Amino acid sequence: MPATQSSSEIAYNGPMKILVIEDDREAADYLQKAFTEAGHTAHVAGDGETGFALADSGDYDVMVVDRMLPRRDGLSVIAGLRSRGKTTPVLILSALGEVDDRVTGLRAGGDDYLTKPYAFSELLARVEVLNRRASAREAETVYRVGDLELDRLSHSVRRAAREITLQPREFRLLEYLMRHAGQVVTRTMLLENVWDYHFDPQTNVIDVHVSRLRGKIEKGFDKPILHTVRGAGYMLKSG
Amino acid sequence: MALSMPAIMKTTAARLSALYLLLFAICAVLLVFYMTSLSARMLTGQTQETINDEVLGLARIYQRGGLPLLVRVVEQRSRQPGANLYLIADANGQILTGNVQSLEPGVLVAEGWTTEPFSYRRFGEGELERQRNPIADPNEPSQSEVQVEGEKGHNAIALVLRLPNQMIMLVGRDLGEPERFRAVIRRALTLALGMMALGGILIWFFVGRAALKRIDSVSQASRRILGGDLSGRLPVTGAGDEFDRLSENLNSMLARIATLNEGLKQVSDNIAHDLKTPLTRLRNRAEATLSGKHNSADYRQALEATIAESDHLIKTFNAILMISRLEAGYSSEITSRVDLAASVRDVVELYEPVAEEAGVTLETSVQDGFAVEGNRELIGQALSNIVDNAIKYSTDSTAEPTVRVALDRVGGEIRLSVTDNGQGIPDDADRARATERFVRLEKSRSQPGSGLGLSLAKAIMTFHKGRLDLLPANPGLSVVMSFPEREDR
Repeated sequence: MPATQSSSEIAYNGPMKILVIEDDREAADYLQKAFTEAGHTAHVAGDGETGFALADSGDYDVMVVDRMLPRRDGLSVIAGLRSRGKTTPVLILSALGEVDDRVTGLRAGGDDYLTKPYAFSELLARVEVLNRRASAREAETVYRVGDLELDRLSHSVRRAAREITLQPREFRLLEYLMRHAGQVVTRTMLLENVWDYHFDPQTNVIDVHVSRLRGKIEKGFDKPILHTVRGAGYMLKSG
Repeated sequence: MALSMPAIMKTTAARLSALYLLLFAICAVLLVFYMTSLSARMLTGQTQETINDEVLGLARIYQRGGLPLLVRVVEQRSRQPGANLYLIADANGQILTGNVQSLEPGVLVAEGWTTEPFSYRRFGEGELERQRNPIADPNEPSQSEVQVEGEKGHNAIALVLRLPNQMIMLVGRDLGEPERFRAVIRRALTLALGMMALGGILIWFFVGRAALKRIDSVSQASRRILGGDLSGRLPVTGAGDEFDRLSENLNSMLARIATLNEGLKQVSDNIAHDLKTPLTRLRNRAEATLSGKHNSADYRQALEATIAESDHLIKTFNAILMISRLEAGYSSEITSRVDLAASVRDVVELYEPVAEEAGVTLETSVQDGFAVEGNRELIGQALSNIVDNAIKYSTDSTAEPTVRVALDRVGGEIRLSVTDNGQGIPDDADRARATERFVRLEKSRSQPGSGLGLSLAKAIMTFHKGRLDLLPANPGLSVVMSFPEREDR
């Protein structure tokens, strides 16, 4: 049986400094409080100009930017920061969630796009994955989590020195989970990053894929490694 | 006049009849000129022929009896009523005999046909005129007046010859006849033209007024309809003319609008139902949880149910928004070349585990090399909705549940079909309704879903200029996405 953790027990890769640019006070306060509860530090800017000034001077790990802001539009803030050489990862929040909206958002320099209304667990998971310290793993060729080992070059997976055979898609799924080991990965993040689709499937197809993968990497081993985080998603973690 | 055009000139009918009148007048004037000049030419030709004959006759007489006989014959013929013009003069142009008293100077100088009609005076003019044509024109001036007017003379054409002894002979014919004829034609045509102009003006006035009245009644009716009376229709007189046809077409357009409006109302009723019901559930649950004593586990459960319910609401809401966005049309910026075979493989691979868990065999028969201009995300979403449905509905199959996804070319279309072997939708009307928004056929009410899956797929196909068809598969249902074949530009 896979272990189930409640969201309050979510582990994170150390506290982050987050800048939230959001004009709706209530939403901004909620985000600030929720990020603080998750162990991060969050600053709030209520309009585009203030947000731009803060982002330009401060040293933030991640920014959450609303798309429609007073005084300066969210996309223009991002484009402005990018043209000044700021590479701080940005998650765009928007009520506009159509295909073309997402494309223009990402083209303006955003790293991720989340449509309102959203679940905070989804936002938190995405923000933590965006954290640039986590992206250091991109360069590694071998991922290790506990006794599980994935070699990106030879496409081989081992657990406790035992070879595990995976289908190509299962390999990509595990690769993504291992890259973000210790972080919550939501179903939509998996659909986006492993299958490159951004829609909501009617049936939770991802769960079935994950449980298949889980069968392969946990069956015959005593310790669970792929955990379900209720109300949020999955997390690969040893112990 | 130029500043304030009469109201009637503002009607199309009036303008059209004015234009026709103008065109007609131009044609008529051209006709008059053509007719008169043609008849004049013909009469002149005839006259010349007569003169030629006369001259030939006189030449024969001259040969037979020389000058004396010629002079006699000319004198004799000159006296006949309505005679030609005859004149014999000496080499200097001094008139010796004939019925011409005087001539325009210069006529006798050149031999041959006179190039222009010339004027002349005859001997005993008035008398001759009356004898020749006593009743043709009762208004003709009396003799004394002719004498006075006679000073101007008459026009004629003539053939001038030199006789061997250098004497000059002229044989001519008065032009009075063709000129009168020309005048008669001109008068008749002018009169006819005047009558027609009058008729045109009358027609213009009445037709214009009639058209104006019909149009006014149509605009009155449309104002009533605009005012909110959507059941109103434009008047049809039953004459079957253009106005009736126009009114009939507009009426069927109004009927279509009424149907669409009805549909829209139904959709909003459905939206109200499909969004309000879960919202009510949400509210009731929260209320029930607040009242009464509960432990924290109960609260947690209630809140989790609340979140799940609102997630479902958000999904429904997103689907509705997406359908309306697709129906309103997207920018073409989001389209690119999409490999359909790859899309099929992606979606099938995505659903493979779900199908396996449900005990459904997922088969594919895919040909490579079909690319369409479109959006990969949207096509993937449509296909995934359809495959999702097919897996759900194939489980009630009597045989081994199977879903088959096939991609091939039929005619000029690329067809992507998803066929299940479940119970299908036997009723044609139900099948047609299945892609409407929020329509969930009785059978499907037990299955989870928003009732928007197929509507969204249909909207996506419409966006791709394709079609979504539901066909019976006996047993089961075949959902076919047809894409127009991509034209290579």
